[in-house]
Amino acid sequence: MELGQMQGRLAEFTKSLYMEGILDAQFLQLQQLQDESNPDFVVEVVSLFFEDSEKLLNDIARALDQQSVDFKRVDAHVHQLKGSSASVGAQRVKNACVAFRNCCEEQNVEGCLRCLQQVKQEHYLVKNKLETLFRLEQQIVAAGGSVPMAEMTF
Amino acid sequence: MTVEDQKGGLAGEDVVRDCFPLGMRVLAVDDDPFCLKLLDTLLRKCQYRVTTTNQAVMALKMLRENKDKFDLVISDVNMPDMDGFKLLELVGLEMDLPVISHSDTQLVMKGVTHGACDYLLKPVRIEELKNIWQHVIRRKKFDSKDQKKSLNEDRALHGTGDSGQGFASTGNADQDDRLSRKRKEQNEDEEEEDEENEHEDDDASNQKKPRVVWSVELHRKFVAAVNQLGLEKAVPKKILDLMNVEGLTRENVASHLQKYRLYLKRISSVAAQQASMVAALGGKDSSYLRMGSLDGFGEFRSLAGSGRLPSSALSSYTPGGMFGRLNSPAGLTLHGITSSGLVQPTGQNLSSSINTLGKFQPALLPSNQSASLFQRIPTSLELNQLQQNKCTTWIGDFNPIKDSRGFTVTTSFSDSRVNVGNSPSLLPSHSSNSLVLRGNPHQAHNGGAFGSQSSLGVASLTADAFENCSGGPSNFLVHNQSNESWQGTVQSSRFSSNALPLNEPFNHDQLPSNNLSISSTSPHIGNSSIDFPSTSAVLAPLEDSRGDIQCHEGMIGSVIHNMNYPSNQNWEEQKQDYNHNLNHTVSALNSLVPANGIVNPLSQSLDQNTAISSKSFDESLIPQLHGGALSLDQNSEVERYALGTKMPNEDYLFEQTRSLDGITQNSFGSLDDIMNTLMKREQNQTMLCDGEFASDAYSLGSCI
Repeated sequence: MELGQMQGRLAEFTKSLYMEGILDAQFLQLQQLQDESNPDFVVEVVSLFFEDSEKLLNDIARALDQQSVDFKRVDAHVHQLKGSSASVGAQRVKNACVAFRNCCEEQNVEGCLRCLQQVKQEHYLVKNKLETLFRLEQQIVAAGGSVPMAEMTF
Repeated sequence: MTVEDQKGGLAGEDVVRDCFPLGMRVLAVDDDPFCLKLLDTLLRKCQYRVTTTNQAVMALKMLRENKDKFDLVISDVNMPDMDGFKLLELVGLEMDLPVISHSDTQLVMKGVTHGACDYLLKPVRIEELKNIWQHVIRRKKFDSKDQKKSLNEDRALHGTGDSGQGFASTGNADQDDRLSRKRKEQNEDEEEEDEENEHEDDDASNQKKPRVVWSVELHRKFVAAVNQLGLEKAVPKKILDLMNVEGLTRENVASHLQKYRLYLKRISSVAAQQASMVAALGGKDSSYLRMGSLDGFGEFRSLAGSGRLPSSALSSYTPGGMFGRLNSPAGLTLHGITSSGLVQPTGQNLSSSINTLGKFQPALLPSNQSASLFQRIPTSLELNQLQQNKCTTWIGDFNPIKDSRGFTVTTSFSDSRVNVGNSPSLLPSHSSNSLVLRGNPHQAHNGGAFGSQSSLGVASLTADAFENCSGGPSNFLVHNQSNESWQGTVQSSRFSSNALPLNEPFNHDQLPSNNLSISSTSPHIGNSSIDFPSTSAVLAPLEDSRGDIQCHEGMIGSVIHNMNYPSNQNWEEQKQDYNHNLNHTVSALNSLVPANGIVNPLSQSLDQNTAISSKSFDESLIPQLHGGALSLDQNSEVERYALGTKMPNEDYLFEQTRSLDGITQNSFGSLDDIMNTLMKREQNQTMLCDGEFASDAYSLGSCI
């Protein structure tokens, strides 16, 4: 694939992510933070996010699995997940977390399980998308090009 | 850190500092590693110098290590190891650094009310971070102004004009960003010159005001100064002058004074009730009533005095002599011993017990405080009030002391604020509480004498005190002449006799400091199961009678509370520390007394003590005690009281109530004397009515 093409693809892909609400302005900001002194910033940060969030999701799943669910605990985890997803710009994940917290407040185990599913889904989705994104970026860089700074035109 | 180093360090940093906010040192705390990393990156982007940690405790540690290490703290609020808000408060208080909270929208209000100077919402944007330095500047400016003022004042006061002036001028002159830096440098210089003022210098220069810790010593000075000036006339400036402590600002004194005043007010209401009791007890022997730490220090680390229970008095307290000694400044600060049977754990015990009170930081009265102790016995009333307030098991119940406040554990409250108040419980709110249980301070107080009530040297102390104390809380000085096994001996004889002796010493006009001479050092007190230990603490306060009572309270409370002298040992230990200050005892008593519980314990102890033949007393006491706020946790106190109440014999107890005057009758060995004295003194006070005592004494309990 040609460099130009790749770059085009990347741009479009990125744009679509924003459009779909998978990513939000926060991610953009992260991207902007990346510079020469911090060339892999975004990748690092995102990896960190996924590590973190996966752990959280497991914790939540386990907590919900208990005989008597400790909703406070679950809520605390979800809160944390919400925070970090917001910070990374994973908008849909964040929204799913908000919904999840409501279920926790209602102390509804069923609802919580459902919410958890939702969150997991979104999480998985954004993970995939970002992985694709990074791959594209890598390809471009490998091809000798530079990844254009995302421009939010919308 | 030498100036050179500092300067050197500064030099390197100067460049950065000059470009403030660049190079501003930020500490970021967040348990979420992702957020932390993000924050870290963003902050670095703003060209701050960032330190991160994901543990709040770690953060605190870093901050405490060197208060000057950071300019700003950004902290999450949901953290597993420590509540973020708590961290917020702590940092603000201790280090006076601006703290920014970082979380979600729901907690903004909470963050702000807990002292956050700003709140960042997650996800944080770099634009917001670019602005946070404003908080540092703002704080510095305000602080510096404040500091300068106080510094100047203080410096003038302390005669450290140079640095102060220099500082001030610099500060004044320079309001820009460099201010901090300059101050820092200046500070370094000043630090070199004046280490004493270093504290302040640091503060001033760094705009940080380390919290002043009001240690027992410091508070004592403070109280002394206030007393000297007279509470009405006590103004921070003058107090500061009198105290003559380096590094203390007028503001520190002012705020402390405010707290102290509130404390006294609280006590006085109790003391008032106790006053009569005390008076009954013949708080005359205010000396006895050295409610050691009665001086409001109790609150402020009370027990300072309590520890002091006229340990000296106690120490060499021989039953008879106890009171005698009590008179001597041995710290028989019988709080309103007049009425309150101050159980005076043998000084040592008391102190120890007082110490054990834990919460009070007994200002161990030097055993020879006695005299002074009583002096302060502000009006036993205060004690009474104190006691009443606290109603803790102030043995006061023991004495039918007039007001049955008994414990006039008015340790030298000059303002008649019976610090007994400290041990609000101390002062037998019931007038009759003046059970001065005097435990023989020396000797194994616990010797079980107390147990056997032998050393119910209580009251005796109070007797005097009580007399003095109008309230005449029956300060039962339960003087545990512990060593000798209080038991028996003390009990019966002692108490009576002892009780009175207290009168003598007590002659403080001030509130009879119920010297709870719970000399229950004798582990005996165990009988009474008064947990004297606590009492000792109580007594301790006698000394200052100001806060002492408070301590006592605790003590007595505990004492009475537990009336089971759990282990005289405990008490003993306490006593150890306890300077025999009657104060302690008193305080203990006070606390004991007030607490009905005390009465109970006493009664109980009395019972147990058998020695205290005041069975009747016991009975009456016990009920009262029980009823009373025996809730004294401080067992020792209770014990003391028990001792006191247990007054070896009913008479003893009664005697005690007789306002110590009557206490005499008991045949406490040493206590006897004391009691007797007390009793005598309190005869009119009816501190311990023979029969009444029992009941009255218990009224103590009940009063409590």
